[in-house]
Amino acid sequence: MQIDLRTVAIKPLRHTFDHLVERFGDKPASRYQEGSYNIQQEHIFHYRPSWDADHVLFDKKRTKIQMKDWYALKDPRQFYYGAYTIARARQQDATESSFEMIEDRGLAELIPADLKQTALDVLVPMRHVEWGGNMGNSYIAAYGYGTVITQPCLYHAMDHLGVAQYLTRIGLVLDGPDALDAAKEAWMSGATWQPMRQHVENLLVLQDWFEIFVAQNLVLEGLLNPMLYDYLDAEFSANGGTAISMMTRFMAEWSTETAKWVDAQIKVAAAESPENKAQLSEWVEQYRAATLKALAPIAKRAFGDKADDLLAELTSEFNARCAKLGLAV
Amino acid sequence: MDMKANKKKLGLKEKYAHMTRGLDWETTYQPKDKVFPQATFEGIKVHDWDKWEDPFRLTMDAYWKYQAEKERKLYAVLDAFAQNNGHLGITDARYLSAVKLFLTGISPLEYMAHRGFAAAGRNFPGVGPRVACLMQSIDEVRHAQTQIHALSNYNKFYEGFHAGASHQIERLWYLSVPKSFFDDAFSAGPFEWMIAIGFSFEYVLTNLLFVPFMSGAAYNGDMATVTFGFSAQSDEARHMTLGLECIKFMLEQDPDNLPIVQKWIDKWAWRGIRVLSLVSTMMDYMLPKRVMSWKEAWEIYFEQNGGALFNDLAKYGIKVPDCIAQCTVDKEHQSHQLWLTLCTHSHAMGLHTWLPDAEEMDWLSAKYPNTFDKYYRPRFDELRERADKGERFFANTLPMLCQVCQIPMLFTEPDDPTKICYRESEFQGEKYHTCSDGCKHIFDDEPEKYIQAWLPVYQLYQGNCWPEGTDPTAEGFNPVAKYLEWCHIDAKDTGDYEGSSDQANFAAWRGAATQNT
Repeated sequence: MQIDLRTVAIKPLRHTFDHLVERFGDKPASRYQEGSYNIQQEHIFHYRPSWDADHVLFDKKRTKIQMKDWYALKDPRQFYYGAYTIARARQQDATESSFEMIEDRGLAELIPADLKQTALDVLVPMRHVEWGGNMGNSYIAAYGYGTVITQPCLYHAMDHLGVAQYLTRIGLVLDGPDALDAAKEAWMSGATWQPMRQHVENLLVLQDWFEIFVAQNLVLEGLLNPMLYDYLDAEFSANGGTAISMMTRFMAEWSTETAKWVDAQIKVAAAESPENKAQLSEWVEQYRAATLKALAPIAKRAFGDKADDLLAELTSEFNARCAKLGLAV
Repeated sequence: MDMKANKKKLGLKEKYAHMTRGLDWETTYQPKDKVFPQATFEGIKVHDWDKWEDPFRLTMDAYWKYQAEKERKLYAVLDAFAQNNGHLGITDARYLSAVKLFLTGISPLEYMAHRGFAAAGRNFPGVGPRVACLMQSIDEVRHAQTQIHALSNYNKFYEGFHAGASHQIERLWYLSVPKSFFDDAFSAGPFEWMIAIGFSFEYVLTNLLFVPFMSGAAYNGDMATVTFGFSAQSDEARHMTLGLECIKFMLEQDPDNLPIVQKWIDKWAWRGIRVLSLVSTMMDYMLPKRVMSWKEAWEIYFEQNGGALFNDLAKYGIKVPDCIAQCTVDKEHQSHQLWLTLCTHSHAMGLHTWLPDAEEMDWLSAKYPNTFDKYYRPRFDELRERADKGERFFANTLPMLCQVCQIPMLFTEPDDPTKICYRESEFQGEKYHTCSDGCKHIFDDEPEKYIQAWLPVYQLYQGNCWPEGTDPTAEGFNPVAKYLEWCHIDAKDTGDYEGSSDQANFAAWRGAATQNT
């Protein structure tokens, strides 16, 4: 049975703000819409930036990609700050209980030595790669155009920091602070990691923010995350390393979720114009080659003889994904 | 089971260092000056980023957890507010002028802070400040959004909110005051940004900006805004510690930094104080139930608390900004002078103004015994007299603006409150006007920057502020009316509160909610 409470009803004068009425019609707007659309200033800026006198503060010309309406690049997850933090809090809660269980029960001690070493050698140095991902995405959050894309890039930057911190914890759980020192050493001078470090450093000096988005969020993450959180994770699980999988569950869930967001951006930007499509495809080809080169020695360490086949498979999955997004690669 | 029971537990500080500083490395494949191209051009010397003391230690998992909890509570209150006609709980719909000023003048600044701190969080070569700045960047987008969400409900029922949070700040003459402040800071380098926003705005001035608005909300029954204010408090506390750590770090790194930092403190103190004059009118005139006078707030929060801060910074050689002497004079005048100007230009504003009634003028006399009766009561009396005769006075033109702070030239000489203060500078053969010695000083130091200022009134008269397709040669063309249309200001948004649709609607709805008619 339904109970209807009586309330004093006042007819509102309007449902939402002018710019949302213009965009979506006069109807109640979602919190995502109210918190994201048109909140970046667009036309009038007082002073040229001392650090980039060729542009205004928020400038559409900081990338080669061009959109008639930058607000077409919306986030399918509809993350505004509240929705974002609440989603991540739920995920971190689950991850935290995994870490607690592993630490309380000493489950890390049960991991077979070779798997543990693989995790130390492959996962822990990745925290530096994640930190590079943080820097690229904070750059976009600062210098990109239009809140619907800059906002999720800041969330993505914070996620990269969070992932780097989870990878750090994995190192601490497996082998204490020594694990972090060893990983840093490998990152700085180990032969396996130099191509990757060089690649990550190359991304740190890019200036076109959409190029960073493609190189980092689509290509690097598109090849790296499945390698780590699908394929390597399957190896861990199948061979007695479930404890490691438990510690990477956040990353597995997160990379699937964020890939959907990245796809939506690329798809819309590519469909906008032949010029965009050509530019995006060119970047993908360029950074796919560079990423695969950087991944090769790491895959070798993680998968041994199977590495070449695995990279080929990852590449073909990645190419199929790009084709679906409308890229010619 | 063979358990390693004696694994050493890491201390919080040590663990946090692993979780942040340990992530970074010295690049070798790309040179440092390409990775951090903004690190040196301002002349600040940093020798050892590891000396940075983390002002707070929050890993991302803890951040998500705490912040999500706050968000859940905040949105529960906002939902309840909307469901139960919470807007009828405010003291009087006049109060909403303060809220309109907040949405159109302050929320867009939160957004700018979000972008600027994202830039700082990318640009400092030290990982400690980068992480802290990124946390502030994401907090600031929270503040922009939660403010819009909190105030969205008022937009449904009242005029003056409908343009949203950023349309008007690019266009409206009095909003170019806060806008130019943040544009100025963001177009400077990352270190100046930290002094301007991290230190001056968030640390020194926040008690005179954020606190008066939120206290005003609490005093006037605005549950939506005050809930946001309480929810943001712990964020603000983090931002304050970051601002303070940043200035100390710069001063400790190299003695050559002192004159640069001092110059920035002087500049941003004055820039900030000029922005605060809008807050002074809010405190003295816009709140139906007043928290305290602007003068009292200034004395407690700046003269006493700020004094203690500057005593603390004296050991680094930092001096109290010279402009403070002027502020001691201005605190007696600024809210009255500015409100008089707003009252005579409110036909070109996005909020309502009103002439203070007898009770309010008595309160002002009591709070400003040295100045109100002598200089300002007669002017309000005169305006009231004319209004009573049906000749309410509105200025037909828009005022001349200061080239730096962009406030209309309305403030008076430090030694003569009956004489408008003008200062003039010449640059590249052109004359530029400023409202005070403080603004002139800022102009003269960086004229090439301030000549770029987009002064709304001048732009309007140059014909740059009309909707597309406007024909200024058409018969009966009214530039101000077209300007207001371009700003998304409707007639209902403007003018006196007395007789406004906000007043009529609020009375009718409150009647419906409290009476059985």
